[in-house]
Amino acid sequence: MKMNGARILLESLKREGVDLVFGYPGGTVINLYDELMNVREIRHILPRHEQGGTHAADGYARATGKVGVAIATSGPGATNTITGIANAYMDSIPMVIVTGQVPTPLIGNDAFQEVDIIGITRPITKHSFLIRHAKDIPTIVRKAFYIARSGRPGPVLIDFPKDVQISQAEFKWPETIEIRGYKPNLEGHQKQVEKAVEMLLVARRPVMYVGGGVILANAATELTELARTLQFPVTTTLMGLGAFPESDPLALKMLGMHGAYAANMAMTHSDLILAVGARFDDRVTGKIATFAPHAKIIHIDVDPTSIRKNVRVDLPIVGDTKDVLVKMIDCLKGQTEKVAAQHSAMEAWHEDISGWKAKHPISYKQSTSVIKPQYVIQKLRELSEDDAIMATDVGQHQMWTAQFFEFNQPRTLLTSGGLGTMGFGLPAAMGAQAAYPKRQVICVCGDGGVQMNMQELATMVQHRLPVKIVVLNNNFLGMVRQWQELFFDKRYSQTCLELPMDFAKIAEAYGAKGLKADKPSEVEQVIKEGFAHDGPVIMEFKIAREEKVLPMVPAGASLNEMVLNA
Amino acid sequence: MQHTISVVVENEFGVLARVSGLFSGRGFNIDSLSVAPTSDESLSRITIVTRGDDAILEQITKQLNKLVDVIKVLDFSEDNAIERELALIKVAAEDESRAEVLRIVDIFRAKIIDVTPKSYTIEATGSPIKINAILDLLRPLGLKELVRTGSVAIGRGAKGWKG
Repeated sequence: MKMNGARILLESLKREGVDLVFGYPGGTVINLYDELMNVREIRHILPRHEQGGTHAADGYARATGKVGVAIATSGPGATNTITGIANAYMDSIPMVIVTGQVPTPLIGNDAFQEVDIIGITRPITKHSFLIRHAKDIPTIVRKAFYIARSGRPGPVLIDFPKDVQISQAEFKWPETIEIRGYKPNLEGHQKQVEKAVEMLLVARRPVMYVGGGVILANAATELTELARTLQFPVTTTLMGLGAFPESDPLALKMLGMHGAYAANMAMTHSDLILAVGARFDDRVTGKIATFAPHAKIIHIDVDPTSIRKNVRVDLPIVGDTKDVLVKMIDCLKGQTEKVAAQHSAMEAWHEDISGWKAKHPISYKQSTSVIKPQYVIQKLRELSEDDAIMATDVGQHQMWTAQFFEFNQPRTLLTSGGLGTMGFGLPAAMGAQAAYPKRQVICVCGDGGVQMNMQELATMVQHRLPVKIVVLNNNFLGMVRQWQELFFDKRYSQTCLELPMDFAKIAEAYGAKGLKADKPSEVEQVIKEGFAHDGPVIMEFKIAREEKVLPMVPAGASLNEMVLNA
Repeated sequence: MQHTISVVVENEFGVLARVSGLFSGRGFNIDSLSVAPTSDESLSRITIVTRGDDAILEQITKQLNKLVDVIKVLDFSEDNAIERELALIKVAAEDESRAEVLRIVDIFRAKIIDVTPKSYTIEATGSPIKINAILDLLRPLGLKELVRTGSVAIGRGAKGWKG
């Protein structure tokens, strides 16, 4: 059947199982939006800014594991998606972004609202396509979704000129596609797995170092099984939180710059690191020269470029983490005696770890006069549902959430890890809530970042997305202020936000609910009231202004050189 | 250490930008780059001369392979490949230097492809080392203009890539 290009694109999205998109109309997507009115199966959420829409698609993808879809018009619409695309790229989030483009004959003429969005986004997309003929749309969409979700996932951009949206073609869905230059290596090499298992069984001070790759591959169950079988302690990166239950005694919690003392000490003293879906980011390793000096490293990752990029690796295994973990578990099944022998040989190591955990647990000094941010996070955990989804923005509150909100399930933390995007949290929470209308979705923000995409409150109210927004207000850009305090002689250059905002009133102006607490005694009541409300809420907490995130490994220092109390 | 990398890519617009953008974005060196279609019209071949230690070369190769439009990456070293470059050289040639230029051209088995009363234009092909050598000899005579293609390379015997 012949149809126009706009309809072919929407039909193709349906074939890919898309039932929800986040988009903003405009001149070069007006035909697409016109057709959207005829396609009932695709729900559309209208953000108030394309950056918000892109982060919402990202949050949707993180929470569901499905490909998030965002639509924007050409020119400024397209450029507004850039931060959202870069954010998804850095955290390997599967997304497809459809941008309108000026009619093909005008491309390159500096037409109204024209930008070379493919050129602009080339370094921050996994791949991109310019559609030139309507007949190519189904194949391009199918390839885009396949590339976005397979291997190491990432954002794929489709640039869609207006004249192609109007032109007619036959809709023919390709049963198979072939991309000769793209063959992700998903199956772990069996011999490498066997070698790895041999190394695992002779380790005496092993650590499993787990990243977001485990969550992306839906391999949390397998990872947990392997860790418990081997009785290996497990530390996770920020992106890996939720891949292994933090309530488990084997959990060391997060490592790195603001990681737990025990986690960083375990890495430093370990004789074997099993890295699973993690990429040895500089926030994790500290000074490379002194990183894990005694450890052999086994690195499992689906992306070969992650291996040996930052650190030496003794045994690489390229493959889907789930596939490799399953093979490891199978390989261990015949070796129960060796496993048992190793359990007893690791007793001293577990004692060391317990000692580190007891010596410097992640903690804070409670106060009766002023609200401590860590206390708010603990109360949020206590009062929220077990499967609540937590989105954060970027900064101190993000680290406090990582440290004090215990993550026990995968895909329950949505946070901007690689790019560190302020303004991510609120729209990401919105995307997750759109995916799961019945689940509790909480967004923890600072008073800085929340103002970067606050316009999406309107979207939440309009689309009845009852996100529980928590603003930890210290009237500072707190993380930068903390660096200025510690490393710049307390010269607080442009980090004091000066104007005391009334966030509760802003919430109400948008038609949401606003609550606030000034004293520790009010915290619990505000959270309970906010959670009970059937709609979006801002809960503002006036927190201790100069509270710091600790422990802290200063940038460029070794992992064991932590500032514990400053 | 210098390396010659041959990259077989989809013959589509924008692919060269992806490859060159990868080098600039990640701080890898490009000493020379040449690109043209292969015998298979759907493919192009990019030859890049780059430099770096083993770890950098490993990253370059892996990052290139990661690009969706890249079909094959071949890292050539001296003993498994033949490398050639073409140079067009305009050199001042007046009075007594006219004969000297001709002698150099003859020694290097190069060709004169344009003549004026004051200059010769020379076409020279060979390994980059040979091109550098002829340039060293011509430079003192007055090099007016130089255009080099950058290296292209092909595997010896069975080594390399079909197409």
